[in-house]
Amino acid sequence: MTSMSTKTLPGRGDVHELSTGRPDGSAGRRHSAVRRTARAQARAAWILGVPFLALFAAFMVLPVVWSLLMSMTDTESADLRTPLNVSFIGFDNYVRLFEDEQFVHALRNTGVFVLVGLPLTLAAGLAAAVALDRGIRRFRAVFRVGFYLPVITSVVAVAVIWKTLLDPRAGLVNTVLAWFGINGPAWLADTRFALPVMIVMAVWRNLGTVMIIMLAGLQSVPQSLMEAAELDGAGAWQRFWRVTFPLLRPALLLTAVTTGINYLQFFDEPFVMTNGGPLDSTLSATLYSYNQFGNGNYDMASAAGYVVFVLIVALTVLQFRVLRDKD
Amino acid sequence: MSTLTHPGTEHADTDNRILRRRRVRQNWGNPWLYLPLTGCLLLMIAPFLWMLSGSFKPEADIRRLPPVLIPTAPTTANYSELFRSLDFTSMFANSVIVSLAITAGNLLFCSMLGYALAKLDFRGRRVVFSLVIGTLMVPALVTFVPLYVLVANMELTGSLIGLILPFLAGPFGVFLMRQFISTLPDELIDAARVDGCRELAIFWRIILPLTRPALATLGIITFLGSWNSFLWPLVVAQNQDQYTLPVGLALASSGQSFTRYGILLAGAVVVLLPVMLVFLRFQRQFVAGIATTGLK
Repeated sequence: MTSMSTKTLPGRGDVHELSTGRPDGSAGRRHSAVRRTARAQARAAWILGVPFLALFAAFMVLPVVWSLLMSMTDTESADLRTPLNVSFIGFDNYVRLFEDEQFVHALRNTGVFVLVGLPLTLAAGLAAAVALDRGIRRFRAVFRVGFYLPVITSVVAVAVIWKTLLDPRAGLVNTVLAWFGINGPAWLADTRFALPVMIVMAVWRNLGTVMIIMLAGLQSVPQSLMEAAELDGAGAWQRFWRVTFPLLRPALLLTAVTTGINYLQFFDEPFVMTNGGPLDSTLSATLYSYNQFGNGNYDMASAAGYVVFVLIVALTVLQFRVLRDKD
Repeated sequence: MSTLTHPGTEHADTDNRILRRRRVRQNWGNPWLYLPLTGCLLLMIAPFLWMLSGSFKPEADIRRLPPVLIPTAPTTANYSELFRSLDFTSMFANSVIVSLAITAGNLLFCSMLGYALAKLDFRGRRVVFSLVIGTLMVPALVTFVPLYVLVANMELTGSLIGLILPFLAGPFGVFLMRQFISTLPDELIDAARVDGCRELAIFWRIILPLTRPALATLGIITFLGSWNSFLWPLVVAQNQDQYTLPVGLALASSGQSFTRYGILLAGAVVVLLPVMLVFLRFQRQFVAGIATTGLK
């Protein structure tokens, strides 16, 4: 401020010269100004950052570290108000975890859920986006809102609605099946169908997210590029795979990673609808972790949570390897 | 086109056909896609139609075979029962308070740090950013257990603050705001600086108004997320005073009342309605926000 006030009314022009560092013969003054703004910037950055970082440290970083420590201790008899009063047992909890058939089963369910559900969700969302983008001009907003509606609906509401739809006696689904002479099963009470039903629900619920992000990606594909490809004689299919799809890669990566992270934590639907049953057929790794928490086994709950964490990191790294732009 | 007899007319014919097709496409797009897409749309919204119609049906009607979509004797009994016996009014108020508080906190704190990470030069900038982004991958159940112990030790389990405090500042918001603010031109900030604008005033007076689209996106996402959040309120809320709508609905559905479908469906409508209104009102900003922030 002081250096500027020596001039009478600093005009925009010469001040601009000062800041862009155009050689104007006052190198020393410019230097100190730069250093001063650097210090002011750093100070401002910390002032702006501290509220977030304080909350973040207390409610994110601390719990993450605490949980890791908890997963390596025996909290069986510990009073959690004095969290340091526990014995360190290394990876014993993890060993116990993988010796527990129920956890292994839960991991397998989670794996099936991700390996089947994730590709289906991505494909359905992408198909919906392409159809809307290329085919539909009128009522596009209606379609968009309709496809997105399940995303914004509370899991509990979804669970309630689907429970009544899937009711073996009075549900709409089995009534429709009966029209075709099919005797519908008791979907959620049948070990063969409970998990597939959950996967269908997840695809139904999540494809809207993929669709909206893909639509945004599709709209950034330049029209001229498509026209050029059309002139070169590329068919619709070729145009999609050769022109559109590569440009969608960032959008695909984003949705694959975020949906993958969600699906590995598959929890709400089985918690509300089946509580992991029947016979653990919809028990997921996170639901297992939650049940351990509910039984007071905080150490096992944390260990199970960390196993899921490791899986998420692994899946994310893998997706980045496969889907990142290859230039 | 391989024949050479009347190349001119043939060309004109093809051109005409292409032109006509173009004109249809310009008005409607591809007309053949409407049928399958409308079918898909019906599949997507059928559960909601079922919910809406069921919420106005007397119990006997819901269990009637075959089911009827339009209630024969529409009734609002389910709704009045919901608010009378399950005390949905206070749950509704709790949901509003918790969601608005969490949304406000995220908008403020995330945009502050987001700006610092995008535009300000300071030591540790990269470390802070990687740390915040890294936690996006942390499953809720990893932090859940210590978080519960923490909040219980702070004796906040008996108040709405316990529902709000741990979620006032989330990593996703920082990511979103940083991505968006990065796209704003540096010259703007430099110009403000040389005009003598203080660093914090630059954020408040220049950056914040310009980030409105991203703030709208983050606001909607955060509001929807906390409105629908279920697990944490379920565990932390200790008595009915603190129940949010999803908790109340879930408890109602898991109790003896599994047979009372009408009330549950009415509850689902009440949970969904505010969210739908918010989404429909801000749909455009939401999509635009995702488009500019999500893809960078």
